[in-house]
Amino acid sequence: MTTGPIIHIENVHKRFGRVHALRGVNLQVQKGEVLVIVGPSGSGKSTLLRCINRLEEYDNGHITVDGICLDSTQNINAVREEIGIVFQSFNLFAHLTVMDNLLLAQKVVRRRKKEEAKDIALNLLEKVGIPEKAYAYPAHLSGGQQQRVAIARALAMNPRIMLFDEPTSALDPEMIKEVLDVMLALAKEGMTMVVVSHEMGFARAAAKRIIFMDEGQIIEEAPPEELFSNPKHERTKLFLSKVLQG
Amino acid sequence: MFTRREPKIAEQELTRIPGAEPQSHMDVWWWLVALVAGVIVLLSVLEPDPYWRVILFVRDGLWVTVFLTLVSFVFVLLVGLLGGLGRLSKNRAINLVATLYVELVRGVPLLVQLIWWYFAFPVIIQQIGRWTHISALVTYQANAILLAVVGMVFCYGAYMSEIYRAGIQSIPKGQMEAARSLGMTYFQAMRHVVLPQAIRVILPPVGNEFIALLKDSSLVSVVAVADMTRRGREFMATHFNPIEVWTMVALLYLVMTLFSARLVNWLERRTKFER
Repeated sequence: MTTGPIIHIENVHKRFGRVHALRGVNLQVQKGEVLVIVGPSGSGKSTLLRCINRLEEYDNGHITVDGICLDSTQNINAVREEIGIVFQSFNLFAHLTVMDNLLLAQKVVRRRKKEEAKDIALNLLEKVGIPEKAYAYPAHLSGGQQQRVAIARALAMNPRIMLFDEPTSALDPEMIKEVLDVMLALAKEGMTMVVVSHEMGFARAAAKRIIFMDEGQIIEEAPPEELFSNPKHERTKLFLSKVLQG
Repeated sequence: MFTRREPKIAEQELTRIPGAEPQSHMDVWWWLVALVAGVIVLLSVLEPDPYWRVILFVRDGLWVTVFLTLVSFVFVLLVGLLGGLGRLSKNRAINLVATLYVELVRGVPLLVQLIWWYFAFPVIIQQIGRWTHISALVTYQANAILLAVVGMVFCYGAYMSEIYRAGIQSIPKGQMEAARSLGMTYFQAMRHVVLPQAIRVILPPVGNEFIALLKDSSLVSVVAVADMTRRGREFMATHFNPIEVWTMVALLYLVMTLFSARLVNWLERRTKFER
């Protein structure tokens, strides 16, 4: 166990060809903290999130997660076993049942026995509220249900950190709450979470800090109430006025 | 410990892939297979001379054709997988080798390739043997069947590589990302997540390749392999009845290809799943 921040990001740069997506990002996340990142599209928030488990490589700077250095591909799978990620588009394995979605990585990566893995999976499905869909295929689930399965799939690996990449952006409005409720419960349990999302309600209820990003940089960070009611930077104000309007 | 309620019935009902429920009726095109088979039987019963005699004569060639096709196809599937992964590799060298292989091989007719492997390749081996003073290579003799398989695998592997590549590329990138983010290695993710889905996509073109390979295997008759086509020519050379011989040979090929097409079609329906 390490003391101090569980995620340590130092001066990270990322370029996609000529686009400078991340311009020197510094960020620390404490164990058990829930951090919400907001910002306009193209601001680099998803890129930053994906750098934390190296789905995206970064060009300069250092990232350390739970004491494991991410600057080379060497520790990549060790880190990914520690971090769960939930995607905007769910990305459930389309050819497998919900149960097999939850079992696959447990068997292949964690090398758990089938019975043990199945117990874990059923427990998690109960936790996210859809034990009755255990043997359905992803195509037969609603978006909200798929996203909850995706959360359960990530949790089955016992991650120490959970990343959420706009988990509710692809959902119909009436399904957003069921996903946010699962995330809130997770936050209450003390899971370390980094969430890219514009769900202000979730941020208010769960996050200690909000970070506003624009053009690849962190512009402002503050507790949710403060950032929403009293933003300091012009760009934050402009962004919030657009988002809160809707 | 409490006992958990196992959804046993639901499992049995739903673990079957949607759309894969057993078909209640046979595909009507099976009748065509039966029809062609019927014609073959009818001809050999009503006119045993020459039809039945043709069948008896080309029978061993028919097995050579089946054997060549099946063995080659197994290797074509393997070479295609390697080639396809190579074409998708981010490693420059691997990608270049795979691309060169596909582009060059696809540009040369199969017949020319088969002739090259049978006539030119052994000479090259012997020449290398002379340079390196390895007597085993100097005395190398061409094995017709082996080199025919090599030639067909080499050629069809290139086409198959492109089919694999397209199939793998058709699977959304998020599937690979999700698998990798759960800690799977690239090969684990390929094997458990991407390929099982890609295989369902590529099954129709792979089936086409199999049937094309079955037909193209007749080309090996020019490089000293006694397949069905070559046996047919031998029969014609001694009895001189082209109509009967080639009608029967054509019907025998036809029953094999039609049967394969039905088989592929059936597999396709078995493995369908909704996205």
